[in-house]
Amino acid sequence: MLHAVLRAAAATHNPLLPALPDLIWGALCFIVILFFFWKRVLPRMQKLLDERAEAIEGNIAKADEAQSKAEALLEEYTAQLAEARSEAAKIREQARADGAKILAELKEQATLEAARVTANAQAQIEAERQAAVVSLRTEVGSLAIDLASGVVGETLTDDKKAQAIVDRFLAELEASEAKAGSSK
Amino acid sequence: MLYAPKQEIALLSNAVNLLVHTATTDGGSFVGPSIDEFFPPVIFFAGTPFEINRIILIRFVAVAALVLVFWLGTRSMKLIPTRGQSIVEMGLDFVRVNIAEDLLGKKDGRRFLPLLTTIFFMVLFFNLTGVIPFLNIQGTSVIGVPLVLAVVAYGTFIYAGIKKSPAKFFKNALFPAGVPWFLYIIVTPIEFISAFILRPITLTLRLLMNMVVGHLLLVLFFTATQWFLFEAPGLFKVFGIGTVAFGFVFTLFEILVAVLQAYVFALLTAVYIQLAVAEEH
Repeated sequence: MLHAVLRAAAATHNPLLPALPDLIWGALCFIVILFFFWKRVLPRMQKLLDERAEAIEGNIAKADEAQSKAEALLEEYTAQLAEARSEAAKIREQARADGAKILAELKEQATLEAARVTANAQAQIEAERQAAVVSLRTEVGSLAIDLASGVVGETLTDDKKAQAIVDRFLAELEASEAKAGSSK
Repeated sequence: MLYAPKQEIALLSNAVNLLVHTATTDGGSFVGPSIDEFFPPVIFFAGTPFEINRIILIRFVAVAALVLVFWLGTRSMKLIPTRGQSIVEMGLDFVRVNIAEDLLGKKDGRRFLPLLTTIFFMVLFFNLTGVIPFLNIQGTSVIGVPLVLAVVAYGTFIYAGIKKSPAKFFKNALFPAGVPWFLYIIVTPIEFISAFILRPITLTLRLLMNMVVGHLLLVLFFTATQWFLFEAPGLFKVFGIGTVAFGFVFTLFEILVAVLQAYVFALLTAVYIQLAVAEEH
């Protein structure tokens, strides 16, 4: 049927029979396009795809690196923080110990000072008392002799005698005082 | 596989019948397109094997357009593509991912990618010249290009099979697994005819007939429009509106067919290669 139709439509041409020029130029077109794609377009496309894959992989690697770096940094900071905390605790402890020590020292010093002041005061009082006793003894002795000379009318210029009298008087005075003190 | 050429031959004869019918009903004043459409007069090198006619010139134009598009599209490729590069990449990726890698896997897909890409884009560009104003005929509507491509596809799948393992290739092709041995008496000749004789014929005819019929239909619609508008008597001129509408619709349809046939040709080539290198069916 096809042949009949084709014969009717075109007695001279059969579209199923290839003509030589048709084949030659068709093959040539094919070869040109094949080499064009093979040698130029597809290698470029492949290169691009490789580059793109590499870029994506590179970015992933970069991100990984950044992540690990950040993690390391965080660890370092945490370590530093912990160190700083322990350091601070140590310093606080030290300060507390130092404070206690200083307080104790100060207390001791104050006690010593107080003791020294007390001792000084006592020594001074003693010295003054001694001085008073000596001066009293001298003055009371001369006064008493003057008085007694006046009363007795005799001159107690003899020192030996006078001294003996004064000593006796004073001894009596002290004895009476002691008696009065004990009776009291 | 067997039905395909028959179907297309039927399509062609229907179309031709239609034309003849149309041509005879309006009293001889309207002449429809004939098969001579595909055999225009020779322009250069008449009488040599290198005769060039209008259709071959159109093929050159299509090759030039293809080279230009892909040259510009891949001239300076960026990691982040520009708009033009995206389109070219999309086209190349379509063949690479949807045809080559899908059917052949990464390794074989890459091996046969240049061939599959060439087949797809060559058929596509040659088909599209059928709807481009002033070219108006498909570069694939004459048997040369479909036949060359079919022979290349045929040679390639045989080469791929023999390179991989000759014994396995012929065993898989001629003695399909899971068939009782006595059935091989029937199955093997059928498989032989279908694999080694019909495959290139169907590849050729499917593309050729689609393009021939597409072109004839478009010529018919537009010459009929011309005739109805300027030569038909009285109210028959109204039919011109109908024919021009059909012409427009079929132009769109031809674009679809152009893409589809390019895809089918490349896909079938990949399928044949895949069957040839397969371990087992």
